[in-house]
Amino acid sequence: MIKFKNSEITPENIYKKRRSFIKSVGLGASTLAMSSIPFLNKSLASERDKLTSYKDITTYNNYYEFGTSKSDPYRNSQIFKTTPWDIAIEGEVEKPIKLSMEEISEMFISEERIYRLRCVEGWSMVIPWMGFSLSKLLSKVNPTNKAKFVEFESVYDPAQMKGQRYPVLNWPYNEGLRIDEAMHPLTTVVTGLYGKKLPNQNGAPLRIFIPWKYGFKSAKAIVKIKFVENMPTSSWMWASPREYGFYSNVNPNVDHPRWSQATERIIGEGVWAPRVKTLMFNGYGDEVASLYSGMDLKKNF
Amino acid sequence: MRRYSKTLVFFLSLWPIYVISYQIIFNQLGPEPVDRIINHFGEWTLIFILLTLSMTPLKQITKSVEWIKFRRMLGLFTFFYASIHMLSYVGLDYRFDFEPLINDVLKKKFIFIGFSAWLLLIPLAITSSERMVRLLKQNWKKIHRLIYIIGIFGVLHYIWLSKTIFFKPLIFLILLIVLLLFRIKITKSAFKI
Repeated sequence: MIKFKNSEITPENIYKKRRSFIKSVGLGASTLAMSSIPFLNKSLASERDKLTSYKDITTYNNYYEFGTSKSDPYRNSQIFKTTPWDIAIEGEVEKPIKLSMEEISEMFISEERIYRLRCVEGWSMVIPWMGFSLSKLLSKVNPTNKAKFVEFESVYDPAQMKGQRYPVLNWPYNEGLRIDEAMHPLTTVVTGLYGKKLPNQNGAPLRIFIPWKYGFKSAKAIVKIKFVENMPTSSWMWASPREYGFYSNVNPNVDHPRWSQATERIIGEGVWAPRVKTLMFNGYGDEVASLYSGMDLKKNF
Repeated sequence: MRRYSKTLVFFLSLWPIYVISYQIIFNQLGPEPVDRIINHFGEWTLIFILLTLSMTPLKQITKSVEWIKFRRMLGLFTFFYASIHMLSYVGLDYRFDFEPLINDVLKKKFIFIGFSAWLLLIPLAITSSERMVRLLKQNWKKIHRLIYIIGIFGVLHYIWLSKTIFFKPLIFLILLIVLLLFRIKITKSAFKI
């Protein structure tokens, strides 16, 4: 599995129609029965490319600003105000700029980008994001020759984000990429999903998404992008450097100290679905492996 | 009323089973059903450990021995839910694939300590009958003090598997500490007498 074209993936509604068609015809009852036996079911490749439902994508979130349980972000983010919203691009650049959300949506056209999301906790989704390459946004400034990394700062607003009233992480949420990672075409600025405006619980109005890294690398509700000389310390590195490395590339061969990363559970697959094998770089190795050539990924986890 | 109190507690203790059955039947397990089932029984195991540990302090506070008659049943429910918790992890999540499981138990400290806690529950369950109490005499009490270690292991298991201690693991930790402090107070006052 490499990258998905939209045409390769069955939309949720058509998929369900197909399923119900098969069931209603009652055809191949034995084949159906066989395919529901987990360890006999080898045709998992098609299952793992299926779009996760809008409901699951928007009600099962890790977004500690709105609470630590998976259902908290949906519940606590509905009245979150995303207008007006400015994003500053600053740091080691010749001329810092500040763009409003309106300016950004006028400057860049969002396209549908279907990527797999692998959470460090061992579950995954397939999400039809709307967005554009971060490189386009970053090209609006000229970094100085000191710039080596890009830092992302999420919004700090404890009045609206009740998770931030507690020291769960060192707020505001902070993430970072090496410049070449940030400029990679797969690194996406996300403005929507399923063809709609990005819901608050998914990081509205603007977040990034890096498909070959664990989900926590993809910072939400970004207000500041900063070019820096030294490797930034992300919020999760700060919380537990032993567990969360700067790179955090999806890697089935490097276990998280507390849980294995060899397999994952696909969200929405039901109680009887087995775990599936996790792919190196979340399946995007052809595109991104060259970024890390010569690096020991066990050390640089 | 008192005569039926044990029956009442028994059926109340089945609450986690009612909840999960409802969620299974009405498809309410959410996007990660396996995780939901494992966590459900894990959490209830901890709650039952805390309930079991509450009976003696309640006896002290209310000066009524009534509470003690529920202690064994609550303890057995702890073992019951711990076993379902472990079985759903072994069976539902890993499908009895023992190679990665053994690897997990040895390499992941939260699984190691959780599994140890379950193992330690076994002798307590076996020696819970009236006959065993009489047979083991003084030793029975010593064996059953294991529940303190099991409680500590269980809460550590929860803290270590969570990405952050906020808030549920922290709440369990505080409650456990309070209940254990009661024991220190009890032994101290016993010394005074």
